[in-house]
Order: sequence, then structure tokens, then C-alpha cells
Amino acid sequence: MSDPVSPPQKPLAACIRGVTRSFGDGGTKLLVLKGVDLDVRCGDITMLVGPSGCGKTTLISIIAGTLAADDGQLEVFGNDLRKMSKAAITRFRAHTIGFIFQQFNLIPTLNCIENASVPLLIQGCSTRLAEKKARALLEQVGLGEHAKKRPSQLSGGQQQRVAIARALVHDPRLIICDEPTAALDAKNGLLVMEIFEQVARSPERAVLIVTHDNRIFSHANRIASLDDGKVTDVHDADGSSPLPDHIANLAHG
Amino acid sequence: MLRLALKMLFGDTGKYLMLIAGLVFATFLMAQQAAVFCGLMSWTTATLKNVPAPIWVVEKQVEQVNETNPLLDTDVARVRSVDSIAWASPIYSGIQRVRLANGNFKIIQLIGIDATTLAGAPPKLQPGQGRLEDLRLPHAVIIDDLGRKRLASDKGRPVELGDVFELNDQEARVVGIADAMMSFTGGPYVWTTYERALQYTPPQRKMLSAVIAAPRPGVSVEQAVADIERQTGLRAFTNQGFGSSDKDFNTTTVWWYIRNTGIPISFGITVVVGFIVGMAISCQTFYSFVMENMKHLGALKAMGTSNWTLCTMLTTQAFTVGFVGYGIGMLLTGLFARAALENKQPPFYMPLSVPFAVLGVILFICSLSALIGIWRVSRLEPAMVFRG
Repeated sequence: MSDPVSPPQKPLAACIRGVTRSFGDGGTKLLVLKGVDLDVRCGDITMLVGPSGCGKTTLISIIAGTLAADDGQLEVFGNDLRKMSKAAITRFRAHTIGFIFQQFNLIPTLNCIENASVPLLIQGCSTRLAEKKARALLEQVGLGEHAKKRPSQLSGGQQQRVAIARALVHDPRLIICDEPTAALDAKNGLLVMEIFEQVARSPERAVLIVTHDNRIFSHANRIASLDDGKVTDVHDADGSSPLPDHIANLAHG
Repeated sequence: MLRLALKMLFGDTGKYLMLIAGLVFATFLMAQQAAVFCGLMSWTTATLKNVPAPIWVVEKQVEQVNETNPLLDTDVARVRSVDSIAWASPIYSGIQRVRLANGNFKIIQLIGIDATTLAGAPPKLQPGQGRLEDLRLPHAVIIDDLGRKRLASDKGRPVELGDVFELNDQEARVVGIADAMMSFTGGPYVWTTYERALQYTPPQRKMLSAVIAAPRPGVSVEQAVADIERQTGLRAFTNQGFGSSDKDFNTTTVWWYIRNTGIPISFGITVVVGFIVGMAISCQTFYSFVMENMKHLGALKAMGTSNWTLCTMLTTQAFTVGFVGYGIGMLLTGLFARAALENKQPPFYMPLSVPFAVLGVILFICSLSALIGIWRVSRLEPAMVFRG
């Protein structure tokens, strides 16, 4: 067990201090994040775990800049998101963050190459160059021969690998994954994580994964436990100490 | 991103076809009905095209060319006496019944013109189908192309030069066949001399329908019209085409029909129905298309697509279906026009303003559809993609 605040050895990707967020007004107001402190480090795969409704999704939405925090400090690669305009945050997301969603969110009318090239197109890259890079990424995740297929022609695991290619194609410095294995069976979930770790792990890149799936904990460097709107525990998974019971026993799915 | 937007649109074949169908329907209904209306209005002025003259003089209560309040025969001389007039000729215009050789009766638009000058004769005879001068021969008439079919005793054999029929129990012999615009009543035009027209018509105290005239060289038509009205007390109009001036007979005739008949309301309702149905189908389908893609649009927004880009994508999609639907709709209208013009009915005339106006309406529908989508997407929180 360690402090949620990072030891200094790796550069910080995200530094979160005292972040709060509530939803609703008046009597229906619900405080979801109650002062979260967390560091996400480059070169690490950080997993965010906790029971349903504890605020995991809200926290990654705030770190990703898709949701504003009510209070606290939030810096991502040195950028104070709370002081940036909406347009600047949108540009920041386009250049800095890669997303992997639970339900893949691939566009069904586009083939794999086109889906994987979307982040580069958002940046204004030419279609030709974007598709060239997308094809290379699809090769890396083992889907080169399926590049022209549409998502509906692929299995769930293959679709998530396309989503991985899409998340990496623009070489983002932070990758945010929301339950990446939740829609997959055990075998495909582990395969996807192995491929993901191979292609995504880099000293300059941070990976933040929200998950309930304790079978993939072995891929993490750090596991942060969130409960009732606060980070209660951060475990450095360097093998020096076993996983705490409350993390290890998290239900799969 | 626009290519991506189009792929998203074309990929959803069902919705794409539904959107196109709605806009094709709207385009076709609006363009076709507007053109038929314009054609019908154009038919109301057919006499002015088929009896060409720069100036028409009529009884002072007359408002449109198909209304005949007869003048006195002496009114021709009164018009001739106006200084700014070069010539003036009498015109008889009326609906009569023709008795065919097989005993059938047909309605015609009988035109009587001055035998000496032949002023008011059809502008163009069909090649090899008679000479204008032959109208001076006894019992001679010139018919239009429609008359060849309508006045035929034998359906398989159109009327030829030399064929005869009866008008008021008197013989009429065809000496020429002209190209002419169809009349509002649907009957063919038959030209003869003024005196013979009076014989073909049951007698009345006054028979002169109108006087046609032309200004002297150097005098404008408008000036001549003003002089005629001032010096004779009759009503005079120019004949320079619809919309050319308030004193133009085409203009007053068309406006008379618009104001005094239910024709514009009838056609207008159909055009409005086309607009409403097209708008309802397009807006509803496009909204449904946007809602079904909301998850993907949310993902694009989360990945850093700006609201502006998403709006551009939606606008591109909406306007693409708009232009495709408009194109197909106008193509169908063109096919309808071809059939209508070949059969000479229903009336069809499409001024340049009609396709532009229909395009404007279609683009309005597309803009509305796009706006509904933009409204939804601009309210979309990118964080929703994490909530499943």
C-alpha cells in the first residue's frame, strides 16, 4: 500500500488534488467525488477499481476533460484543465488522449481502417496518411487481414483490438480505458490486455484503466481503489507485496 | 471528417433512402404542381400568343383576354384615328361548336382576323401545311396542330388540308395548319377572316371582340396605349409578356385568374402538402438518424471533435440528401414534363424561378433537419460515452 501521491521517480501524467464533483441541485444534489487525490504516472498502467457508483467513471471523465470538476486542482501533463477554455480542452483531448470504451464505440458503417484513423482525421490529418498509420496499428494488434471489414464482421475481442488501434493511432500521451474487458469473455479479455500492453506501454505514455475485472490486475503497475468518492488506497503492483484483499476480491464483471 | 460523415450517412441505407424518398416526393410535388399551375396560367393567355399584336384594345370593363364584352364596329376606326397608331384591325374571338363529318360536335376557339392585312394570323404555319394567303379563299380556315386530332372524324386519320367541317351549318375548309399554344378551354384554335367569323357565329348586335393595333415608328407601345385610352375611352393593353408591366394584357389576365378562381388555392394546397410531407419525413428521419448515431457522435466528441466539426458533418449529411433528393425529384419532374409536352397536356411551363424556389424550399427543409441534429449534438456531453 502507498500514498495516492506519486513517488518522484516517474514523470507525472496527471496530478489530481482535492477534486470534487456533484450532480443535481438542492435536495437532489449528489456529491460523487469528495476530494480525490491521485497521481497517474508516465510509463505506468494505473488501474482504478472500486464498487459500482463509487465515482470511477466520473473521475476518468474529469481527467479526460470531458467533464468539469467542481473544485480542486487538476493538471494533465502540466496543463491546468480547470483554467482552459472548452475549445482548448477539446483540442487537448484530440492531441493528448486516446480512448478505449467498454462498448468499443466503433462506427458500424466504417471499416476497421477508417475507424482506426478517426483520431488522426479529427486532428486534421489527410485521409491517406491517417489510413496508412491506422493500417500499421491494425497490423500491430493482429488485425491486418481484417482491415477492410466492418465492425459487425468481427468478434468482440477483435472489435476491441480495433478500438486499441484507434486509441493509439495518434500516439497519445495518456490513454483512458473504461472497462476494456467488460464486454469480452475471459480468454478474449486476457488476449486483448496482452496485446494492449505490448503496443501501449511506453515510458512517455500513461495508461489509466477503470475496471472491475480482477483477472487483468496483473497488467497494472498501480491499482488505485476508490470508494464513496475518495481514493482510499493505492497499491504499487511491483510484486513486493500481495494485493490487498478488498482489491483482489473485487468481483469480475 | 466530411468523408466520414458521408460514409456514416450512406452506410445507413434504410434511413438514407427514406430521407431521399421524402425529399424526392417534396421536390417532385412542388416543382410539378407549380409548373402545371404556371402552364395553366400560361394557357389563359394563349390567345395573346396566337394572335400576336403589340396592342390589344377592348371594352373598358374587360380585365382579361378571355372575357369578351363586344365593341362597336366603329371602334376600329376610332382606334385608327389615334395619332400614335400605325394600324388597327378587328378581332373576333369566341368559343364555338364545330360539327364534324361523323356528326360529333367539338368546342373550338374561333378567331376572326382582318382579311386584308391578315393581322392576328397565327405566327407560324407548319412546313408544307398551307399558305396564310389561302385564308382569303371561300370557306377557308386555318387550324392548329391540336385541331388535327380533335377535329378528325376518323380517329386514325388526322385532319389534312382540304378537309371540311361545319360551323353554324356553314362549311369550313382547312387551308392551313399552324403551331399554336393550347387554349385555356382546351379547344383547338381555328382562324378565319373577320367577316367569315361573323357568319360562323350566331348573330348579335355587337360582334367585335377586340381591336389589335401597333404604334407608329418612334412611339413606344406604352405611349400608344395611353393615347388610345385617352382619346377613345376604350381600354388598351400592351402584349409584351407576363410581368412586363401593369398595363400588359398577359399580366392582367393571369392575375385575374389568380384572384378570381380557385386554381391557385388548389395548386397551392398541393404544393404546401408536398412541403409539409417532405419536411415531416426528412426532419423526423434525420432526427432519428442523429439519435441512432448519438453514441458514435458522443465518442467523436470525447475524442476531440469540436462542436463546429460535428455541426459541419451534420450539415453535410443533411445537404447531401437534400441535393440528391432534389436532383432525383427534378429528374422525375423532367420526365413528367417530357410526357406532358409530347401529349400537349396537362399544361406544363416551368419558369426559371420554379426550380430555384423549390431548391430554396428543399434547402430550408435540410437546414431545419440539420438544425435539429445540431441542437441535439451541441447539448451532448462527451462524458456520456463513459456511461454506457
